[in-house]
Amino acid sequence: MQLDQVKVRASEEISAAKSTKELYTAKLNVQAMLKDVMSGMRNLSKEERPAFGKIVNEFKQKLEEEIAAREAVLKAQELEQKYASERVDVTMPGKKYVEGNLHPITLVRNQLIDIFAGMGFQVFEGPETETEYHNFTALNTSPDHPSRDMQDTFYLTQDLNLLLRTQTSAGQIRVMKNQRPPIKILSPGRVFRPDDDATHSPMFHQMEGLVVDKGITLCDLKGMLEEFASKMFTSATKVRLRPSYFPFTEPSVEVDLSCFVCEGKGCRLCKGTGWIEVLGSGMVNRHVLENCGVDPDEYSGFAFGMGIERIAMLKYGVNNIKNFYENDVRFLKQFKD
Amino acid sequence: MKVPFSWLKDYVDIQCTAQELQDKLFSCGFEVEELTYLGKDVTGVYVGEITDIQKHPDADKLQVCQIYFGEQIGTVQICTAATNVFVGAKVPAALNGATVLHGEEIIKIKNGKLRGVTSNGMMCSGEELGINDDFYPGAEVYGILILDKDTPVGIDVRSVVGLDDYIFDIAVTANRPDCQCVLGIAREVAAVLHQPLKMPAFDYTMSEVNGQEADMKVTVSAPELCPRYIGHSVTDIQIGTSPAWLRRRLALSGIRSISNIVDITNFVLLEMGQPMHSFDMDMLSGREIVVRRAKAGEKITTLDEKEFTLTGENLVICDGDKPVALAGIMGGLNSEITENTKKVFFESAKFARDNIRKTSRALGQSSDSSARFERGVDAYTTEFGMARALHLVQQLDCGKVTGVHLDCNYADTTGKTMTASVQKINALLGITVPTDTIIDILQSLEFEVTLDKDGDTMSVKVPAYREDVDGYPDLAEEVIRMYGYEHITPTFLEKASVTSGGLNDEQKQMNKFKNVLRLQGYCEAMTYSFYSPKSFDLFNLPADAPERNAVKILNPLGEDLSILRTFLAPSMLDNVVRNLRRGNENGKLFEVANVYLPEALPLTDLPKEKKTLCLGAWGDVDFFDVKGAVESIADAFSLNLTFERGQKSFLHPGITAVIKLGTKEVGYIGELDPRLCHELAIERKVYLAELNYADLARKMGSGMKYEGIPKFPAVKRDLALLADEEVSCGEITQTILRAVKAVKAVELFDVYRGGQVPAGKKSMAFSVTFQAEPTAEKPLSGEAVDGFIRKILGNLKHNLNVEMRA
Repeated sequence: MQLDQVKVRASEEISAAKSTKELYTAKLNVQAMLKDVMSGMRNLSKEERPAFGKIVNEFKQKLEEEIAAREAVLKAQELEQKYASERVDVTMPGKKYVEGNLHPITLVRNQLIDIFAGMGFQVFEGPETETEYHNFTALNTSPDHPSRDMQDTFYLTQDLNLLLRTQTSAGQIRVMKNQRPPIKILSPGRVFRPDDDATHSPMFHQMEGLVVDKGITLCDLKGMLEEFASKMFTSATKVRLRPSYFPFTEPSVEVDLSCFVCEGKGCRLCKGTGWIEVLGSGMVNRHVLENCGVDPDEYSGFAFGMGIERIAMLKYGVNNIKNFYENDVRFLKQFKD
Repeated sequence: MKVPFSWLKDYVDIQCTAQELQDKLFSCGFEVEELTYLGKDVTGVYVGEITDIQKHPDADKLQVCQIYFGEQIGTVQICTAATNVFVGAKVPAALNGATVLHGEEIIKIKNGKLRGVTSNGMMCSGEELGINDDFYPGAEVYGILILDKDTPVGIDVRSVVGLDDYIFDIAVTANRPDCQCVLGIAREVAAVLHQPLKMPAFDYTMSEVNGQEADMKVTVSAPELCPRYIGHSVTDIQIGTSPAWLRRRLALSGIRSISNIVDITNFVLLEMGQPMHSFDMDMLSGREIVVRRAKAGEKITTLDEKEFTLTGENLVICDGDKPVALAGIMGGLNSEITENTKKVFFESAKFARDNIRKTSRALGQSSDSSARFERGVDAYTTEFGMARALHLVQQLDCGKVTGVHLDCNYADTTGKTMTASVQKINALLGITVPTDTIIDILQSLEFEVTLDKDGDTMSVKVPAYREDVDGYPDLAEEVIRMYGYEHITPTFLEKASVTSGGLNDEQKQMNKFKNVLRLQGYCEAMTYSFYSPKSFDLFNLPADAPERNAVKILNPLGEDLSILRTFLAPSMLDNVVRNLRRGNENGKLFEVANVYLPEALPLTDLPKEKKTLCLGAWGDVDFFDVKGAVESIADAFSLNLTFERGQKSFLHPGITAVIKLGTKEVGYIGELDPRLCHELAIERKVYLAELNYADLARKMGSGMKYEGIPKFPAVKRDLALLADEEVSCGEITQTILRAVKAVKAVELFDVYRGGQVPAGKKSMAFSVTFQAEPTAEKPLSGEAVDGFIRKILGNLKHNLNVEMRA
């Protein structure tokens, strides 16, 4: 093949390549053609050879440039095509790993523990089955007190000695009998009472708090409750004490918090009063301290108890206590830390 | 406890409004649950005098009345169909815009015309005002309520008929039974308003009676159930209706007037909180009263004509030969006061509150009396209740109070005395209440206080009716509730020691445990600690299954909630079924809760409470998803859990594993038996697992140990094996692991059946990781690994007849 022919054919091959792959084939073909031309050199005279070689080399270089240029164009085209073909709809939903959820009672329980742990409280979990001594007698509940009635307590033995605890206060006794003051404990857990309606469940959770030390006053109780209220609800939450009665505290107080929805102005949640009843509390009754071998003239203390469901219902706006025990996944999935 | 405002005003000079009093009561410990204005539905009804009556020109049954309402309103023309009106009658008339009652509804009155004649209002019946004869005599007559002729015209009728009044519905705490009456509340009101308490009259004079006409004998043979019994004979009884003031008081308290004698007993109950009873003396055989426990099988018919069969747990009041009252609950029909009663024996007693409660509950019979006794009636008031009743007999002039007064008293009624320190009271409160204020408050509540010369020690005599007070903290409470809780200023444990708080290791571990499951996609469930014994049958548990040894609740809410659970799966299955029935097709739940394992039945000691984990998953999951969750627990806590084929009566026999920690069985996992699915009508597969948390917790973290990082990378080889169907993945894995020490991991990545794999066989592909010892000086050579593989294949062939796939 003559060089002139090769010049035409090579350019044609290069420009005809539609992809980098075709271009590669074209390149191989062109190289073969050049090889062919070069082989014709042996027919030339010794003098003619350098000039011919120079021409061919120049031509070869030009071809390589031509191929490189073509390659650049094709590569750019191919990248565009790749981009276009790999394009995704970025508004389609992401893929995620679905975590589960802790029960709202656990969440509230943990929040309460966090708040009180910061104030120096440790956590004690007493047994859910109890003796009447720990649940009633040691808590200064007289033998004829109505709460001992079969209507108000689940009993496990005919002699009414063993029962399902009706209050986490039973744990107070176990702690005070085993630990000397200073005592600061929280006792969360299941409690049981024979009630069953929209706001009562035969099983629910309480969180009991107990402080016993020297010189503890009602003012300390109020201070601690204000700290709790501001952390559990909002910093603007106010605490109101009003007289009440529990056998194991004297004085006993009912504790109301200013409504965190309306900030005390009055709304549906607080039934227009601006206050929400949240927990029962008081100064530990001297008889209870005596029953646990703590000298009531040396030490004083306070105790408070709240329903965890009640706090959860207030905090999350759950209106039927049954929701907590039906474990409908649509319910459980809503609660996040 | 319902207290009429007007009645309170008898004992205390109250200048504030009902709403203000509500706030005062609230602050001192008496929450008013409801404050009701009685006249709220009846508005714009005034007293008028009928000055003229004409026949209606176009209606036979209508009359046209001119009614004069005084100078301000003048005369108004009203038509009426009532026939009892007359010129000069004082009547209530609802004028334009007024509201009155029509049955349960409130209706509005407007000016209008009746058959063409102007009628600018409506004359009212008692019913339209919402009142009966006890509120105002004549309120129940058919027609218009005719008011007393001396009633001034133009005034709001509510003030005339007793509707201009409030009812306080007060919650009284269990320690204050003395406040279960109007006088008790009045005492608190007097103290909180700093006003004197005006006591009602208790005086009466006894008259001589001829011979033994009024004689009675009282024996209390069960003083533990009746600490005090006072009886008094009254003769010459004239049964009649009570005066209007007394009837209205009862009506305001929701009690219908019966007769003067019965009304007196009800009045004393409401006023003093002392339940009373009156016997027709002529009906009492043997002229005696015996207070005793009932004989088994003894019967009594109470005033409401219900018959009860009694036991020795019930206290009865008997005459010479039979029960005549169910003590403290209700009188007997046989000795009821009738219009023919001539002599009455009044009873004022204290009965033991728990006995009354138990009898009332057991028989399903209760009354205003039993409600008071259940809360507690003090032996001191027993005497005053009787005195008050006798005073009223004389005031109403309905009988002759005799000198026959019998008092069986086994109670101490002197009232306690104690000493208390002002400083200690203040130390408990944390504030300084001035000593004078403390003394004033206590005195206003009828405590007798003398302050010692030291200015600190007080001698205090507690009122006899205050059985709840027994120490200085009680006095501190009396002081602060009257002084005001708003004086309590918050402090933060000023004198207390600093303590360090927070969770202990076990408690932290539990939180981590729950979070591991949460991160595996499981939601935490909480279920009741009790379920139905039927669960054991549903779960096909054999008769001797240990799970059937469950603690029974003596007084459950129902059989379905009667057994303390011994394993959690039945509760979890309940959750799954409920979710599926509600259309929740997929879900994963876990619960960590106690099971209750009795040492012996019947229980002699508290059952063992063991924390247990239960998993429940359904829908788009399979056995290995749930197993993965269990394995994630093992990973998180470095536990070496192993799974072996097992059996459970409620699980699929081919898809059940027992879970072991070392050699100890700590749980199970499996698919719910399709038979149970069928029985429960569920179509999706359900997986259950249960693990003994307590057993796991003991080993948690103990398996964690640092190993040096090897110098040379590991070598991986894949093995395609042909095994008999019965050979398990676990067996092959164990064989490979045991064959060569350098094997660090064996992972199954594919199982294939069919095609070129012969029937009864399966092809299993494993990836095996080899690792030289951390101390090794050079990496594992290809030849060395080839040698390991030959050793492994040899053992597989020998032990399990497993071969390399051709």
